[in-house]
Amino acid sequence: MKRRNLLAGAVTGLLLASGASFAQGMDKVKACFVYVGPIGDGGWTYQHHQGALAVQEAFGDKVEIQYQENVPEGADAERVLTQMALGGCNIIFTTSFGFMDATNAVAAKFPDVKFEHATGYKREHPNVSTYNARFYEGRAVQGHIAGRMTKTNKIGYIASFPIPEVIMGINSYFLHARKVNPDVELSIVWAFTWFDPAKEADAAKALIDQGVDVIASHTDSTAPLAEAAKTEGRVIGFGQASDMAIPEYMPTPRVSSIIDNWAPYYVKRVGQLLDGTYAQTDSWEGIAAGEVEIGTITEAVPAEVKAEAEAMRDAIAAGTYHPFTGPINKQDGSPWLAEGAIAPDSDLLGMNFYVEGIVGDIPQ
Amino acid sequence: MDFFGGINPVILIATLMASAVPILLAALGEAVVERSGVLNLGVEGMMIIGALGGFVVAVETGSPVIGFFGGAVAGALLSLIFATLTQVFLANQVATGLALTLFGLGVSSLGGQGYNGIKPPATGQLLPDALADLPVVGPILFGHDWVVYFSIAMTAVLWWVLKSTRVGLIIRAVGESHEAAHALGYKVNRIRLMCIAFGGAMAGMGGAYISLARVPQWVDGITAGAGWIALAIVVFASWKPWRVLIGAYLFGGITVLQLNLQVAGSGIPVEYLSMAPYLITILVLVIMSAGRKANGAPAALGQNFHASR
Repeated sequence: MKRRNLLAGAVTGLLLASGASFAQGMDKVKACFVYVGPIGDGGWTYQHHQGALAVQEAFGDKVEIQYQENVPEGADAERVLTQMALGGCNIIFTTSFGFMDATNAVAAKFPDVKFEHATGYKREHPNVSTYNARFYEGRAVQGHIAGRMTKTNKIGYIASFPIPEVIMGINSYFLHARKVNPDVELSIVWAFTWFDPAKEADAAKALIDQGVDVIASHTDSTAPLAEAAKTEGRVIGFGQASDMAIPEYMPTPRVSSIIDNWAPYYVKRVGQLLDGTYAQTDSWEGIAAGEVEIGTITEAVPAEVKAEAEAMRDAIAAGTYHPFTGPINKQDGSPWLAEGAIAPDSDLLGMNFYVEGIVGDIPQ
Repeated sequence: MDFFGGINPVILIATLMASAVPILLAALGEAVVERSGVLNLGVEGMMIIGALGGFVVAVETGSPVIGFFGGAVAGALLSLIFATLTQVFLANQVATGLALTLFGLGVSSLGGQGYNGIKPPATGQLLPDALADLPVVGPILFGHDWVVYFSIAMTAVLWWVLKSTRVGLIIRAVGESHEAAHALGYKVNRIRLMCIAFGGAMAGMGGAYISLARVPQWVDGITAGAGWIALAIVVFASWKPWRVLIGAYLFGGITVLQLNLQVAGSGIPVEYLSMAPYLITILVLVIMSAGRKANGAPAALGQNFHASR
């Protein structure tokens, strides 16, 4: 046997041994988090970090938390992940869509480390799980408020990247605005970034300059709200990913929000790793499981509209209403969902089309 | 007078002038630094320190004007670390500059704890409404805050100083041939140190404009790469102040325009619109500087000087 083979055999043996220990649970887990932005962004990454802190809180000494902020999506992510895996992380949460390929590539090299990728769909190895939240449920509530509140009948959406998660949000927001206001028109701005406060503010300003008076954003910072705040109440918006309940922005421009609550999922998964019940999953929870929350609707929204929005939220939570319930046509007029049909998850996760009534094309 | 459905060119021009200010200020400062022969890649770090410094000072004092000076001081202080390392200890400029950016980002993230979610005092329009409300010229010429005018004035001042004054001549001499400048009796490193501090102050002020006027709030990583754009514009503008202004306005303008075109539903594919600011800015500045002499980099750019002889 050549020395190389011998070494390879030894490594495999080690990996197998450590792999076996997972099944029996672990005494101590090192949980690591990869963030696309800074934890102080007040939005997406902030919420993930709150989830990480909840894990620490729940398990105390049995868990060690490590995280890295501002990791670019792309080749750098692979380097960071490799370092974390080499550094003794037992479970690594990669918290942005763009980490998908890097997560799977590194997972192949470290079969004894568990990888959890947020908002993606690739699980190429048994040690890769994916998790996501049904943000579109929150978008339905926002769309309802937007359709009822707009005075110019122009509503806006600051989009980040053309991926199913974002397109789902746009469609849900538009469908529910149109449902209560047939005259409503939606303007979409693609910022092609998750986090760039100045550009997000510019995008909001472009929308406002062209008469939009309700802005939803799918980027991570509070900048669009700051821009809306300059209009002295004329333009309203929503907190995105985090509550963004900044006193200066309430009751307006921030009239409500979608809150991503990752804590229950993170605590559950790390707990499973500790007690040995961990298995590969594909998790997608929404309002019902508390993973998506609707932030307080402020008094800038009339009581009647607020009641309707809350009723919709409760119906979604109770499972009696699905935001994508037919009849719904695609943008080109071809039917997507028949009367009363509910969108299957597979359609949503691969969503690459606008629904009927939205103007413009999805960038490639 | 609107085109593409909803875009008002007057508002567009007015917006781009404000939107270009951070990059313009930082690039002007860096142009002076590079004309003196120093390559400081820490612009992003100085900008974000300025953004935080300006924000904190403005919030604590309640005065945005003092805030801008706070931002300038913060940027200059950070740049003095770079100046000390490269001019006194003769450290490699590229590596030190990159480290300065990382350091600035880290320090601002730490120092900004507790300043999230606060609204700074507003930086208002400088001139009275009577002027700003005039049709067309009002929004474009009279509707801005003072920093916009300051940035244009600085372009003119720097152009004049670099071109026609003794100070400008000395800075250029130091940047073109530090040996010759030294032989003439100029304190090369001291002059460079002052240029670096000036560049830091300008970058800091540019950063402060983001956190006090563009976005008006503090968020971690708020500059999001503006410093790198400024660095690129300096090079493509051939180290000349007016071209820096053109570059910054082109970049800012096309960024604003492409967002507006998206909102208006122009039908132009979004992927082309998104890359347009980078492409067109580079293209225009390259064409402007093509085929002419004296467009090269300062000869001593990036080289350290030690008065051993």
